[in-house]
Amino acid sequence: MRRDFVTQVLIEMERDPSIVFLTADLGFNALEKIKETFPKRFLNVGIAEQHLIGMAAGLALEGKKVIAYSIASFATMRPFEQIRNDVCYHNLDVKIIGTGGGYNYANHGVTHHTVEDIAIMNALPHMLVLAPGYSWEAREATKAMLHHEGPVYMRLGKSPGIAYEKKNFKFALGKGFVIREGKDVVLVSTSNVLDVAQATADLLEKNHKLSVCILSMPSLKPFDAKLLLKHAEGAKGVFTIEEHSTTGGLGAIAATALFAHGFDGRKFRAFGMPPEHFLKAVGDRDYLLSQVGLESKKLARTIVQCL
Amino acid sequence: MATTTKNIGAKVRELVVEMSHRSRSGETGSALSISDILAVLYFKTLRINPKKPSDPKRDRFVLSKGHGAAALYAVLALRGFFPQKKLLGHRVNGGIFHGHPSKGAAPGIEVSTGALGHGLSIAIGMAYALTETKSKVYVLIGDGECNEGSIWEGALAAGALRLPNIVAIIDDNKFQGFSASKETNPFDMAKQWSSFGWDVLRVNGHDTTALEKVFAKAAKAKKPTVVIADTVSGKGLPSIENTLGAHYYVPDAAAVAATKT
Repeated sequence: MRRDFVTQVLIEMERDPSIVFLTADLGFNALEKIKETFPKRFLNVGIAEQHLIGMAAGLALEGKKVIAYSIASFATMRPFEQIRNDVCYHNLDVKIIGTGGGYNYANHGVTHHTVEDIAIMNALPHMLVLAPGYSWEAREATKAMLHHEGPVYMRLGKSPGIAYEKKNFKFALGKGFVIREGKDVVLVSTSNVLDVAQATADLLEKNHKLSVCILSMPSLKPFDAKLLLKHAEGAKGVFTIEEHSTTGGLGAIAATALFAHGFDGRKFRAFGMPPEHFLKAVGDRDYLLSQVGLESKKLARTIVQCL
Repeated sequence: MATTTKNIGAKVRELVVEMSHRSRSGETGSALSISDILAVLYFKTLRINPKKPSDPKRDRFVLSKGHGAAALYAVLALRGFFPQKKLLGHRVNGGIFHGHPSKGAAPGIEVSTGALGHGLSIAIGMAYALTETKSKVYVLIGDGECNEGSIWEGALAAGALRLPNIVAIIDDNKFQGFSASKETNPFDMAKQWSSFGWDVLRVNGHDTTALEKVFAKAAKAKKPTVVIADTVSGKGLPSIENTLGAHYYVPDAAAVAATKT
């Protein structure tokens, strides 16, 4: 999705001369085109994430629309206080881009895994949180983010390489999308595990004759609670799937919306990274996802047991 | 009526002590140590117009050591950004001013600060955005605040960029929260900043004539410049001057009377 992001950023920087792009030394083989096309509006601030966000806030105080870019873990956790005090408290036009969210930097190890970013960004006043799931969402989310004035965090991951968009899809902040229609089970997905949700739905339909609805939620704050509630009504179960801690992410956001409207908690379950432990297993992303149960066969089995 | 910057510095101290006394709040010594620096900045150096606090052509001032806020509120009131009676709303229930500056609380407060080590990078961002204008950005940092790693991230970045329009001022009052500043940073601060590509100037932070001259020199610099101002924590209250406790001192009625100008 990084390529989709860069493609859209080039379009938006051409359109809006106030956009400044800062990177904390990330972007090899990815950001060169932005640097070459807009040399005066692109700056590598160095491996200095606190300074990245502080400087972004200063630029935004002077009327710039600033993109601040790094690996998701470094972009959100190292400079958290700067994000809270400098960006969010001032409600500034700073867009924080975290690449490789979830387990995309799989065998780099725990320092590079990012399964808490949505929770901590979601807790901040004024901050919007986006986690696109595939190419179309990444392009559209980038566009919507750069047309919005105010703080936004966007997590980018690896695109599943599948075009899920439909002709009638129209992206907006706070909007979710029906990827598959169904009545018995609702699978809710965010970020780049939409392919896992699809595979799970296929198994549930094929092996268990269940009609499965899939909702993709690229926008976590604001969140399309209306869409979720509409599809949850009458369903035998609602299940969230995310490459994130089950604390504070999609599961928590969806549960809050559902339970506030009287949805039976026994028909709900959040799948993701259990928050009790760090995942120390060594392996590629698929291997790590299987280790935390984000694998279609395991998910389908558990879901059927829950119904 | 305060007419010279020296008198204005004393007036800032009077208002700081009154505010701290009224709200029974500390951080007094750290506000007093910057009283003369702010008097000179706001009455001589900064190109500002209290009637147009958002004028794009203005110079910017960032109080990175946000705990000196009482002095900032005092000098802004004296300079005419808002009526002095607003100072009654300092750190009281239903009031106007926190113990650390909050942008929007009153005109003239450029940036919300309070967590140490934030202001320099914010000022660098502002200066970078203003490079092709005549505006200068001044940022006031505490000597203890220079413990923060983020200060050195910013110092390195501004030095590498050779930013011509940023002036950092260090309030070198020799004390921090729980020790003398030399205990946590026993090294030569001038050399530290110099090695990060900054021009370094030194001044007595309570000599208003010298402050005016050094800021004028810094304003003409073509690269990042830091002014290390030797100051006195608790300035104006002899019983607490140059003590660790000055930071936490809550002035009593006698202190209010002693600082009356």
